[in-house]
Amino acid sequence: MDVQAAKMIGAGLAVVALMGVGIGIGNIFSSLISAIARNPSARDQLFPIGLLGFALTEAVALFALLIAFLILFL
Amino acid sequence: MHADTQNLSTKASQKIHSPLHQFEIKALMPLHIGKYDVSFTNASVFMVLTVLFILIFFTGALHKKRIIPTKFQLMAEMLYGFVAQQLEETAGKEGKIYFPFVFSLFLFILGANLLGMVPYAYTVTSQIIVTFSLAMLVFVVITCVGILRHGRDFITYFMPSGVPKVLFPLIVPIELISYLSRPVSLSIRLFANMMAGHTMLKVFAIFTVVMGMWGVAPLVLNIVLTVFEIMVAILQAYVFTILTCIYLHDAIHLH
Repeated sequence: MDVQAAKMIGAGLAVVALMGVGIGIGNIFSSLISAIARNPSARDQLFPIGLLGFALTEAVALFALLIAFLILFL
Repeated sequence: MHADTQNLSTKASQKIHSPLHQFEIKALMPLHIGKYDVSFTNASVFMVLTVLFILIFFTGALHKKRIIPTKFQLMAEMLYGFVAQQLEETAGKEGKIYFPFVFSLFLFILGANLLGMVPYAYTVTSQIIVTFSLAMLVFVVITCVGILRHGRDFITYFMPSGVPKVLFPLIVPIELISYLSRPVSLSIRLFANMMAGHTMLKVFAIFTVVMGMWGVAPLVLNIVLTVFEIMVAILQAYVFTILTCIYLHDAIHLH
């Protein structure tokens, strides 16, 4: 197979990890919304925790994206 | 970046740079000590700029302290109060003496991230060596805090209470590996966020050039992404700081 074509396929496969990240971020915000809906007064305490979870999960997506970029451009 | 794309579209035949071209380090003042290369590079310029920016902001905002604060004084006080509150909430009262360390860490990362969002500026935190040095600093400080505070008892850090003794051969290596991998995860998180974000902006900028008239669509997307990137810049500085606070809490209180 052509190396360039293999690189493209590899980069595509590398971002399959985004599937898990999508599920994860969806989970975080759905829990955050239901928690705030149950107890609106806890919003100020819950929101930073939700953001922290979002940032930690999003980092996983960026690791995958980074690998894809490395395959494509290096 | 906008001017960059315009420049490229006028000279369509000109070779488009790779999106990773922005991370290239150029030595501005070559300097070698022994066999080590300690040149003053474009990354060093922006590190100095970040520190200068922070210094000017704080001296400017706080040189005349007023009871009714000016806008800048209010911003400085908000930043201070925000980090102080986070530190006290996560690390407890004993963590307060480490405030200068945590606050300067937060300001440096925030300053470097935000300065990187200025077009043509160099993002210092997109270099793994910079973030790894910061993470290693945190790691060393936290290990020292733990050992100085608890002496020999620091070993119990790797033996969570309430775990049966039979499981120790399994638990201790796991705890040790998770402890040692902290600087790696801390540095890669910040580095990957900044690098992937900036590469993404450049990739869409290239789409704008290549697509001609329809390039408006990626341009609009790029504007949205720029806002997102500014949010990420602030969020990642916050995450780095809050994780430092959590590690400090672990070192002060053990398990």
